[in-house]
Amino acid sequence: MAATKGSKEQKYDRQLRLWGDHGQEALENAHVCLINATATGTEILKNLVLPGIGAFTIVDGHTVAGEDVGNNLTLSGVLALQNRAQAATELLQELNSDVSGNFVEESPDKLLDNDPEFFHRFTIVIGVQLPESTCLRLGSVLWSASVPYLVCKTYGLIGYMRLVVQEHTVIESHPDNALEDLRLDQPFDEFKNHINSYDLTSMEKKDHSHTPWIIIVAKYLDRWLNEHDGQPPKNYKEKESFRQMIREGILKNLNGVPEDEENFDEAIKNVNTALNPTKIPSAVEDLFSSEQCNNITAQSPSFWVMLRAVKEFVHSEGSGNLPVRGTIPDMIADSQKFINLQNIYREKALQDAAAVTKHVENLLQSVGKVSHMSKLCKNAAFLRVVCCRSLAEEYHVDSVNKDEITSCMDSPDSEMVFYLMLRSVDRFHQLHSRYPGVYNYQVEEDISKLKLCVNSLLQEYNLNVNIKDDYIHEFCRYGAAEPHTVSAFLGGSAAQEAIKIISHQFVPFNNTFIYNAMSQTSATYQL
Amino acid sequence: MAEMDEPMIVDGVCGGSCEWEGRWNHVKKFLERSGPFTHPDFEPSAEALSGFRNIDVVDMDTIDVSNLNRQFLFRSKDVGRPKADVAADFINNRIPGCRVVPHFKKIQDLDETFYRQFHIIVCGLDSIVARRWMNGMLLSLLVYEDGEVDQTSVIPLVDGGTEGFKGNARVILPGLTACVDCTLELYPPQINFPMCTIATMPRLPEHCVEYVRILQWPKEMPFGDGVALDGDDPEHIQWVFQRSLERSAEFNITGVTYRLTQGVVKRIIPAVASTNAVIAAACATEVFKLATSAYVPLSNYMVFNDVDGLYTYTFEAERKENCSACSQIPQDLRFTPSSTLQEVLNYLTGSASLQMKSPAVTATVEGKSKTLYLQSVASIEQRTRPNLSKSLRELGLTDGQELAVADVTTPQTMLFRLCFTS
Repeated sequence: MAATKGSKEQKYDRQLRLWGDHGQEALENAHVCLINATATGTEILKNLVLPGIGAFTIVDGHTVAGEDVGNNLTLSGVLALQNRAQAATELLQELNSDVSGNFVEESPDKLLDNDPEFFHRFTIVIGVQLPESTCLRLGSVLWSASVPYLVCKTYGLIGYMRLVVQEHTVIESHPDNALEDLRLDQPFDEFKNHINSYDLTSMEKKDHSHTPWIIIVAKYLDRWLNEHDGQPPKNYKEKESFRQMIREGILKNLNGVPEDEENFDEAIKNVNTALNPTKIPSAVEDLFSSEQCNNITAQSPSFWVMLRAVKEFVHSEGSGNLPVRGTIPDMIADSQKFINLQNIYREKALQDAAAVTKHVENLLQSVGKVSHMSKLCKNAAFLRVVCCRSLAEEYHVDSVNKDEITSCMDSPDSEMVFYLMLRSVDRFHQLHSRYPGVYNYQVEEDISKLKLCVNSLLQEYNLNVNIKDDYIHEFCRYGAAEPHTVSAFLGGSAAQEAIKIISHQFVPFNNTFIYNAMSQTSATYQL
Repeated sequence: MAEMDEPMIVDGVCGGSCEWEGRWNHVKKFLERSGPFTHPDFEPSAEALSGFRNIDVVDMDTIDVSNLNRQFLFRSKDVGRPKADVAADFINNRIPGCRVVPHFKKIQDLDETFYRQFHIIVCGLDSIVARRWMNGMLLSLLVYEDGEVDQTSVIPLVDGGTEGFKGNARVILPGLTACVDCTLELYPPQINFPMCTIATMPRLPEHCVEYVRILQWPKEMPFGDGVALDGDDPEHIQWVFQRSLERSAEFNITGVTYRLTQGVVKRIIPAVASTNAVIAAACATEVFKLATSAYVPLSNYMVFNDVDGLYTYTFEAERKENCSACSQIPQDLRFTPSSTLQEVLNYLTGSASLQMKSPAVTATVEGKSKTLYLQSVASIEQRTRPNLSKSLRELGLTDGQELAVADVTTPQTMLFRLCFTS
């Protein structure tokens, strides 16, 4: 029952405004694997099915149990003993007929034993409530196959996510509050000519009051540079003088009272940011000096080829700068002046993108990889690459991130304590084949057993930190419960991270996220 | 909105429907066991809650196809039906033992006898005006004794909101903690484009659409006299889109699309399932804590943003000492006797702490209650319009007298004290 393009556009309208048609296309081409249709698992998948991912496959060897009905909205209506993978698939499928759902009634350990390549086909694998050994086994298979892996766990009132992806490139990071790219400190020729076409001193009031503030600042900057030996205003005092200079340029009426010229007010307000020197953000400089950028081969992913081309551009036509972004903010001006100014920037951006494209062609004699050129150039200042360490590195005694763990634990109530407790209960599970405190009678005696696990963990990794007894008690109290509201919080969080991975838009976290529902706080660590 | 009059039954009988063994295993652990982080008042018990049974849901909207990307209680067959009804049906059918009662109404259509019956109120409203109203309603239910709030009259309010990838969740204990109006300045007023930009010097595609919506449509009435622009009617949007294209071509502006047009006309805010899931979950967690005392509730405001990684910020919003809604301190209006009534109205709508929408003002003049100005009823508006340009002295008002102001932002009339300055 495929929906028509029109009805899909209507249904997905609110999200298309965030990630565009091309983002939606990436979602619809994705195949997500969920392991374990617990409350957390189905909540995650629900938030992927609703926005219309192409397909999902649930891997789960369990049968629906009483406690699933009590904490899992998807399974709450199940009446008979069904295998959980099938029950969840049917009920999630029902949320969105555009999505195709599949299930494998098998434990992930069995699949890893018999057919590890099963997992290679997925765009992303999401592993939920996995015991440590399974989690690590799967991590190793997916790392070798370069399949992104998202580990999620709800444990009592704590939520945990770990993203494992070797190299995730982002062209469209959509930064909040990005600085504009106005080039006032280094006006390109066309911009210079355009500025020179204005003569503020000979303008009628109507034109004077509707000249874009960018032009005003540019004009006065010219004057300032002439009067100050080519040095722009640098400190607060100089910028204040500069603002005053502009203020004095406001037209006065016959009585010498300044007129109401909002464009001049805008110019004065924007002096600070307008005078920011044009420069390449350090994050981008880091990308330029990376190994992948400097060793381009036929196997290089297109992102690096394009980035290298931008670097070549920077060192030639760009004269040390990135390609011009080509957008300007709205400002008080009449239509013609604004559009003309906007076009100056737009045309320069197109020119720069064409120059970068030439560099791509030089790098490889193939044109196939240049499809995203203008998008990359427009976003050149905001490119991001996320590289997560493997689980093996996180867990190995020689490469564990001791510094991060110990410095966070200087505050003994930081969210880091929950990470250590989760690692400890994993240890408990390995030792006792169960989680602590599941049954009421176990709570008291398991506290001391769990404490032993905590200590052995700290000892093994040589972590000189102190974990308060209260946390050990609390984790026994949790009894490995998976309350619905905490599962749902993770469900939303994890689904969006998966969408970031699939769409390559917005920036994923790196690499460990802890959510504390008791205090409604969270933290992200790079472990 | 949850009511918990009945003691919970954890395992066993529940109204005759099939009850799974172990159904409440996950929740039990938090209700039966003591722990180091529970609320000081918490007492573990075996007969504690299992799930919320009695819930009333109020929603004035019907289901639109664009809701389906995130509002998971609805399906395409439900489009056009009231959200409250469909949500209630879904939950009642899906969760054995749960009783959801729908109200296809505006929140303002219900009064204090309705709201008084609840233990907790949870909101996912789509406007600040509505939030302020609900806030005001719960404040009006408070009972004070010797200047102190009677805690049994406090109904906690859990409020969540989202926009794209951003959201927030807060817990309000009316009369005790920061209310919606205490933090009104956190919400900057909506900015509309200046009329001269729209009318004579458009620069952005949005300006072109606003021109058609505000100026061209009323002039041409393309679908009949008096037929207002309906953002949900594709034919209307198509008309606006075409005219906006023409307007933009006149000024060499690019970028007018059907999607942009609809977004401007309907003031669409982008929305996805994930952010709503996160904020709804956070709110539900708080409702659980409030109902069970199993943990100390959020104190009292959490902000969430997952554009770049995942970011949360949790802080305690402070009560405003002279909050116009919850402080019990009478609000002063300081004006000279020669100020006009219009100036007073401008203050009521323009002040950052009041942000009223269309206030109606009454006063007691020479022993009689007199409506000074009221906008919402055409005949009264006409009759009282001349008062706007009159001075306060001309209107017979005296220093120190009370003015009663009614507005859509508050269910109760707000009392102000007029203070004449020289």
